[in-house]
Amino acid sequence: MKLIFDKSVPGRCGVMPAKSDVPTSVNLKPELLRNQDAQFPELSELDVVRHFTDLSNKNFGVDTNFYPLGSCTMKYNPKVSELIASDTGFANLHPLLPQLRGGGMLTQGALQVIYETDMQLREITGMAGFTMQPMAGAHGELTGIMIIAAYHRANGNKKTTILVPDTAHGTNPASAAIAGYSVKTVPSNKDGVMDFDALQEMMDDEVAGLMLTCPNTLGLFNPEIKRICDLIHSVDGLVYYDGANLNAVMGKVRPGDIGFDIVHLNLHKTFATPHGGGGPGAGPVGVDEKLLGFLPVSLVVKRDDGTFALEYNREKSIGYIAPFYGNFAIVLRAYAYILMLGKEGCLRVSENAVLNANYIKERLKGHYDLPYRQVCKHECVFSAGNLLTKYGISALDIAKGLIDAGFHPPTMYFPMTVREALMVEPTETESKETLDKFCDAMIDLTEIAKNNPEQLKAAPISTPVGRLDEATAARKPNISYNCPLCG
Amino acid sequence: MPFIANTDQQRQEMLELLNTTMDGLFADIPEELRCGELKLPTGISQQEVQEYIGELAKKNKTELTCFVGGGFYDHYIPAAIGALVSRGEFSTAYTPYQPETSQGTLQAIYEYQSMICRLTEMDVSNASLYDGGTAIYEAVVMALASTKRNKIIIDDSVNPIYRKMLESYTTNLNIELVTTKNNDGMANRDELKAQIDDKTAAVVVQNPNFFGCIDDFTDIAELVHANKGLLIASCYPTALGILKTPGAMGADIVTGEGQCLGLPLSFGGPYLGFMATTKAFMRKIPGRVVGRTKDVHGNDGFVLTLQTREQHIRREKATSNICSNEALCALSALIYMSLMGKEGFKQISQLCADKASYAYKRLRQIEGVTPRFGAQWFYNEFVIDVPGNAAEVVNKLIEKGFAAGFPLSRYYDDMDNSILIAVTEKRTKQQIGMLAEALEAVI
Repeated sequence: MKLIFDKSVPGRCGVMPAKSDVPTSVNLKPELLRNQDAQFPELSELDVVRHFTDLSNKNFGVDTNFYPLGSCTMKYNPKVSELIASDTGFANLHPLLPQLRGGGMLTQGALQVIYETDMQLREITGMAGFTMQPMAGAHGELTGIMIIAAYHRANGNKKTTILVPDTAHGTNPASAAIAGYSVKTVPSNKDGVMDFDALQEMMDDEVAGLMLTCPNTLGLFNPEIKRICDLIHSVDGLVYYDGANLNAVMGKVRPGDIGFDIVHLNLHKTFATPHGGGGPGAGPVGVDEKLLGFLPVSLVVKRDDGTFALEYNREKSIGYIAPFYGNFAIVLRAYAYILMLGKEGCLRVSENAVLNANYIKERLKGHYDLPYRQVCKHECVFSAGNLLTKYGISALDIAKGLIDAGFHPPTMYFPMTVREALMVEPTETESKETLDKFCDAMIDLTEIAKNNPEQLKAAPISTPVGRLDEATAARKPNISYNCPLCG
Repeated sequence: MPFIANTDQQRQEMLELLNTTMDGLFADIPEELRCGELKLPTGISQQEVQEYIGELAKKNKTELTCFVGGGFYDHYIPAAIGALVSRGEFSTAYTPYQPETSQGTLQAIYEYQSMICRLTEMDVSNASLYDGGTAIYEAVVMALASTKRNKIIIDDSVNPIYRKMLESYTTNLNIELVTTKNNDGMANRDELKAQIDDKTAAVVVQNPNFFGCIDDFTDIAELVHANKGLLIASCYPTALGILKTPGAMGADIVTGEGQCLGLPLSFGGPYLGFMATTKAFMRKIPGRVVGRTKDVHGNDGFVLTLQTREQHIRREKATSNICSNEALCALSALIYMSLMGKEGFKQISQLCADKASYAYKRLRQIEGVTPRFGAQWFYNEFVIDVPGNAAEVVNKLIEKGFAAGFPLSRYYDDMDNSILIAVTEKRTKQQIGMLAEALEAVI
């Protein structure tokens, strides 16, 4: 397919700019001007619409295909939330307005949304307060680690180490390192969850905190989670809950009640805001009582007269981590979703998510290796190790075969503790019919692996392109389209 | 039940296959850790939620005529953008881990990267970052790592909100962060010259700067390069329709806020951080990057590339912890630049400058209103001084229907009388005239 630049015809314009109604055109000093125009393509509006409609047809999304990408919670995104976010009362609201004198009264609706979302998330997690500012899960992690650092600094602790499990998302160690900590990895035990004895051996007063996903990326709930929190607290360490997998336990158990000190939530996962092809998301961070003072500025507070205001004067705060109040339009969508769910809905989400995951686990367990056989939560992890040994078919080959069957593949090769991992998270919004079709396709693929492995090696054949040469892409990167007219 | 497809009967069938109950599926969670029923209201219908939040939306005063900017602008957004980015094939997809099912997103990001390069006259761009402020932070981390030095110099004409963010983010890093004070609204050459030394990893500047003043940083680039440091320039994309590019000035890393490229103000986000750099730093850039390659049949295609920089491979040794981008916002920006095209983009850029220039002349006719700075060139934003307290004046103008500008005393000690006024292509001559009359009436 042609790039948009290749479709350019000199003289075309997709949008006619408004006519100038001011008398003069300013002549800026020539040295301050660009030498040549930005070489943007010249296209009609229809050219542009057709180009991007064509591109959209080359994507799988939740709206078009089952998308059981493990740990990403690709659930249905309600359309009404989109409508609400596009309301001009929010979309046209300038974020600096509440910083004008008396300006808080100009944005009461938006401040109320933030305040009430804070209250909803407090109740769902058992934490004492949230900031909506982190703009993604990883951004929430960094915020959380900055809070950990600020807490230890305030207490005069000289701690250097953050612990993460071997099943952790890569962002956990990266976030800890970028905030200046050294990272140590805690191994899992034979049941797939953090090895308590190993953790105990690693404990010393250098430990600033532990980052944990619960249930973990194998979809397993660690029954010793309370003891783990207590152990970290015994050296004045803090326990961080990576909320990526909250969808498994919402309404059943709350990280705040277990003893977690800091939580981030991925609104684009549990709270059904669209993933957008890789963002924008939102990663609000909640903390317990003792850490409230460290939350970033600003915070929305409710005054005695029932109005809402932004609080900036916060002495212990880690400071500004976002320009304003986070990805507000994403928070707004999540707020609408939680209002629609209500208390019963929150429980219904986790129960159906877990039921769907266990159903897939049960149907496929005789066909794929299942390293951990106990009941799972929102996701289950299979191994294609047996297929690789017997027929030379890898997790990647199964993934590509699934594409030809019309399904987005599961997450592959993660967590790293499982060989040839295929991590399946169906979510609660999928029907039994869809799960059955997916399981049938997965079982078919094992037959094809046995009888016709070449077919899988050649997959996918139904997509606009076949398998791509990633090695050359990295070795000789072409990451910007050559512009013949650019200097 | 909303958002759940399975019927009670299907659930029963599934539980029977599993030979368990719903409680059995949660038996691994110790009883003593369970929470009781959540204290949330009962769920409400789509219709009710739309009405309820619709009422909240009405409490926001978006009807004020907006002359507030500060890096975030009320530009016109062409209709085709919303129609295209709301397509579920784009919005409900995720990071393109499986390139064969994601060529739409991948090609769009490749085109976005190419467009950012053309806009800034830089060699390479990443797939985008969270916002303009975190983009500066990421650029600083990149400069610290690339130069293995620990001093960062930033002029206070860079957006003060971004400077505050940078302070927070660098608290735990062992670096020296030096802020130079602007000289009559421009990056301070004397102080910068005095500060740049062999410990300097980077100098951070902005164009047009927070006061709207236009600068040419070629001299600063030469100075910092002579000391083997880097120049980080934060830019306003709309201005680059006509202004000299950071690439032409010799910047090493270019960042900025892309909200002006077709994204609504939305009370602060989601926005779009962009970052571009030179070939020399291609493998140091943070975040996602899309590359063009061939498939097994020799067809062109696109993949995520240079992934060995990233957290899912390198974990604690990654160049950044970022694992996503603002893909849908980058798509909006790409569609905006495609719709505007070469000519339209330049015209909008000029129009903003023209209207601001008119507003500046008009407001100066008011007795007591004076320009804050000397004979500086400005783009679509400028600073005036008013008699009396600027915050008070702006407050009075709210009652007359204007968000008249941003009083600078909030971020600058010596600017109690100063208002930063932004004018986009959406403001009319008539609105500017009415603002002038209202201002005259309150001072």
